[in-house]
Amino acid sequence: MVLDWEPLWLTFKLAALTTLILLVIGVPLAWWLAYTRCRLKAVAETLVSMPLVLPPSVLGFYLLLAFSPQSPLGAFLDSHFHLRLVFSFAGLVVGSVLFSLPFMVQPLQAGFQSLPASLAEAAYTLGKSRRQTLFRVLLPNLKPALLSGVVLSFAHTVGEFGVVLMIGGNIPGETRVASIAIFTEVESLNYATANFYAGVLFAVSFVVLLTVYLVNKRYLRPA
Amino acid sequence: MIEFAAQKHLHTTEGEIRLDVAFRVEAGEFITLFGKSGAGKTTLLRILAGLTEPEAGRIVVDGEVWLDSAAGIALPPQQRKVGFVFQDYALFPNMTVRGNLEFALDDGQDKQLVDELLDLTGLAELQGRKPAALSGGQRQRVALARALARKPRLLLLDEPLSALDGETRLRLQDEILKLHRLFGITTLIVSHDLAEVFKLSDRVLMLEQGRVAHDGKPAEVFGEHMLSGKFTFTGEVLKIEPNDVVFAVSVLVGNQIVKVIATAEEVAALAVGSKVMLLSKAFNPMLIAL
Repeated sequence: MVLDWEPLWLTFKLAALTTLILLVIGVPLAWWLAYTRCRLKAVAETLVSMPLVLPPSVLGFYLLLAFSPQSPLGAFLDSHFHLRLVFSFAGLVVGSVLFSLPFMVQPLQAGFQSLPASLAEAAYTLGKSRRQTLFRVLLPNLKPALLSGVVLSFAHTVGEFGVVLMIGGNIPGETRVASIAIFTEVESLNYATANFYAGVLFAVSFVVLLTVYLVNKRYLRPA
Repeated sequence: MIEFAAQKHLHTTEGEIRLDVAFRVEAGEFITLFGKSGAGKTTLLRILAGLTEPEAGRIVVDGEVWLDSAAGIALPPQQRKVGFVFQDYALFPNMTVRGNLEFALDDGQDKQLVDELLDLTGLAELQGRKPAALSGGQRQRVALARALARKPRLLLLDEPLSALDGETRLRLQDEILKLHRLFGITTLIVSHDLAEVFKLSDRVLMLEQGRVAHDGKPAEVFGEHMLSGKFTFTGEVLKIEPNDVVFAVSVLVGNQIVKVIATAEEVAALAVGSKVMLLSKAFNPMLIAL
């Protein structure tokens, strides 16, 4: 049996990239959702949470339509940025970011809301801008929420199947991530290879989640 | 000098009230905002600090316009140079005592002031600790020192001592007074405690239903308003015992039990557990120094 490590490598590359992008998008979005009094807040919260209830195939289907070179968005990306998001790794990243958005935003938003309002207000009266307050006061006190967001996003992206299959297909070295590889191997009755991929995913997920629980327990212990 | 005027509707537990307050403060004054909860005291401080926006208002501090709703001016809290001490202290849990004070400095400000403030408030020994490892009184000191680190024009204290025990409270009152005099800083404090008001403030603004009901020296405000020749206590009936032709009623006042003689008619209206008001003439009280 020759083991192909590429699907695993692709899976972790995708998960790491997705988590990084989500961190950059998720922090400001969660901050906005936590403090805004805008009337569109409920709509924004709903949109962020949609991937929790939507079948991945639905999200994948619409992304496939949106990104296809026949659609206005797909044509625009193709002609202006030479970016083809269907059946490509870049498309997987975009799909994963959307699909894992609630896993980053929700813990962070809850974290922001659990901090007393006076903390940010104190920083403002001390002459600090919103940005300084966010990075030096709020985020340092949200480490457990940040950790949860990062780990859940990462783990959720590793476990993704439907969205990836819909917009990425099954191209070796480009879009064949571990979860798809397992499916392919089972279809071709290569149970040993499928078992290998499945075992690695199982072990990694277990270790990652265990680490979070242990670390969070340490954070929550009174000083 | 501070000119303050603001109007705002407030939703309180007793329904909606309209805060409508105007007053002037001389530089270096120590003023207490006194009144029942829901009278708008905290909101007033927050409007002054720029944390709450009034519907209409004007605030001028030493000739600088902080707020003028008619002209569309409203400086954000960052530009107002106030030191605000929050009721929950709002210390940054991720920073040490020293870190909390240093964070408050403006860019390029001399760090020497941090050392001075740590010494003045007796926190030098504790400067490496995080807020979670401090007692209530120590946290209060950090909040006070932090509020002064930026050399504010105005010190605003929102019931800073309400969560502390009696002795710590007295010591911190002295400390607040000391810092106020040392820095000559105009100070506004929200307080419910009459003894505190008399001890600390030059002037009291008594708020009732969102308006300034009384304004003057503590002795004047409480003299005309509250001084009387009677003690009034509220208590709870613990026991009623017949004693010849009268009854002896044991009443719990605070955590003292007082035995009071009552007539049969008076007792008829009472039962164990009744809330009562206990009145006594103050014609021969004894005052004993503690």
